[in-house]
Amino acid sequence: MGLEEYKGVFIYAQQVDNELSGIAFELIGKAKELAADLDTQVTAVLLGHNVKDLIDPLAEHGADRVIVVDDKELEVYRTEPYAHALASVINEYKPEIMLVGATAIGRDLGPTVSARVKTGLTADCTVLEIGDYPLNAAPGQEQLHKQLLMTRPAFGGNTIATIACPYNRPQMATVRPGVMQKLAPVKGAKAEVVEFDPGFVPNDKYVEILNIVKAVGTVENIMDAKILVSGGRGVGSKENFQMLQELADVLGGMVSCSRAVVENGWLAQDYQVGQTGKTVRPNLYFAIGISGAIQHVAGMEESDMIIAINKDEDAPIFDVADYGIVGDLNKIVPALTAALKAELAKE
Amino acid sequence: MNIVVCIKQVPDTKGGVKFNPDGTLDRASMLAIMNPDDKAGLEAALRIKEEIGAEVTVLTMGLPKADDILREAMAMGADKAILVTDRVLGGADTWATSTTIAGALRNLDYDLIITGRQAIDGDTAQVGPQIAEHLGVPVISYAEGIKIEGDYVIVKRQYEDRYHEIKAKMPCLVTALSELNVPRYMTPGGIFDAYKKEVTVWGRADLKDVDDSDLGLKGSPTKIAKASDKVRKGAGEKVVLDAAESVEYIMGKLKEKHVI
Repeated sequence: MGLEEYKGVFIYAQQVDNELSGIAFELIGKAKELAADLDTQVTAVLLGHNVKDLIDPLAEHGADRVIVVDDKELEVYRTEPYAHALASVINEYKPEIMLVGATAIGRDLGPTVSARVKTGLTADCTVLEIGDYPLNAAPGQEQLHKQLLMTRPAFGGNTIATIACPYNRPQMATVRPGVMQKLAPVKGAKAEVVEFDPGFVPNDKYVEILNIVKAVGTVENIMDAKILVSGGRGVGSKENFQMLQELADVLGGMVSCSRAVVENGWLAQDYQVGQTGKTVRPNLYFAIGISGAIQHVAGMEESDMIIAINKDEDAPIFDVADYGIVGDLNKIVPALTAALKAELAKE
Repeated sequence: MNIVVCIKQVPDTKGGVKFNPDGTLDRASMLAIMNPDDKAGLEAALRIKEEIGAEVTVLTMGLPKADDILREAMAMGADKAILVTDRVLGGADTWATSTTIAGALRNLDYDLIITGRQAIDGDTAQVGPQIAEHLGVPVISYAEGIKIEGDYVIVKRQYEDRYHEIKAKMPCLVTALSELNVPRYMTPGGIFDAYKKEVTVWGRADLKDVDDSDLGLKGSPTKIAKASDKVRKGAGEKVVLDAAESVEYIMGKLKEKHVI
């Protein structure tokens, strides 16, 4: 197969309810860097119905070209029509790199499309760069240049692997939301727009959506917060989370939580940090009554400053905390809130 | 109806994780368990079996010692077990793994295939959708509810901020979240019976419509360039203080770092 035919860095511009997801802009930000190293362009692939209003925001965030597939079948995400659309775009336009967000949509769409176009897919990447494969020249094996090197955590965040896809194209990766940086938008920037119709012929794989139930009260995203006050099982009850909310309010932050809290029904899954929740890296992360299972740590260890409060001095959270306090959160948290209020009142 | 549940033996990263003094992972000390999402998928299959009747087959690809989780699955109530094992299958990435499992599944009659959403060692969530793609059946990922209505499966499909209730015609593949249910324990009688039952063992020759070039390490489009245990950021300060002192301590740090 002529790998050199494949050119350009493509990103899947995820939209839900005709609103672009943050990951779309994050992927463009990363794609611009990769494209600069490869001396090529960034193309955003936009799939949906009546989505043409979303083209300009993609251009303003750095997309050089936007390929749009606009069809009634794409009104709400379903695996088959979306996979058909994206695979058709790949077969027609032959990107050398295809990036997809590691979201609940992307982690379904990505593997389906990679199997369909017969290429490799590296999941949940946190670092993407252009380099050589193998990393060091070895006798008897040709060293390939300008390869996409995809780095990802595995083993519950305990190991790190760097993966290449040297002999198949496109090189595909899903990318963890919240890790790559979006670019500052350039007002009025325009992209080349290509409308593409792959044709849709419904079959049994076009499943029927009977009902859509949205979670309520999830206006803000913990991934955008600069300060997170995160609680775990040790907080003790749903009511006690009010205490954490008050601390978050005085700091202008948000409340988040560990998986145990979601399992107990104290907070919705949108607020969960960790391997099965969200990856966050705020400026300040309070881990309150969180033991620090590695699945949780994997989602927050990149925070700039971590303060842990836990009554168990052996809790593993202290292994990643910058500042750990062994003590009673029920006393410390309200007292801290009061002290912060007093301090801020002085200013 | 016939349900096939694909399961994987994985090292237990939850609870039993230990580190070597140099901060690397002590793999030798970790237990091999049935992957949690897969176990939830098996439980879902067993509940369908109890409610409307079904034959439940468990299938795994792995080393011969993966026999353990197949016995466990039968002790929980699975009717049949298949182990796909062959040296040529080793080192497979998700593409080659899904190709292998699809090749095994082509030998079976299935209405519903259930896999876990993802395994706790790789966390990719790719193999389920890729199996469906190879077999040409619909896939519904991230199931937090599964029920059968005639020839259709109705799935509660989870997204970050919502769920979709999806209806798909069988045959179909569903990937299960561990939130789906609380899996049952093995019964003593079940354990006894499980060791009397036969586990079918398949090798490369038993895979249907599969090219050698798509299997194992060689058939894997992705190649590992480098792998290392993560070097974690070391622990910072740890202090034992009463509430008033704790507050003073935290306030000091917040001021030092210009948070306030």
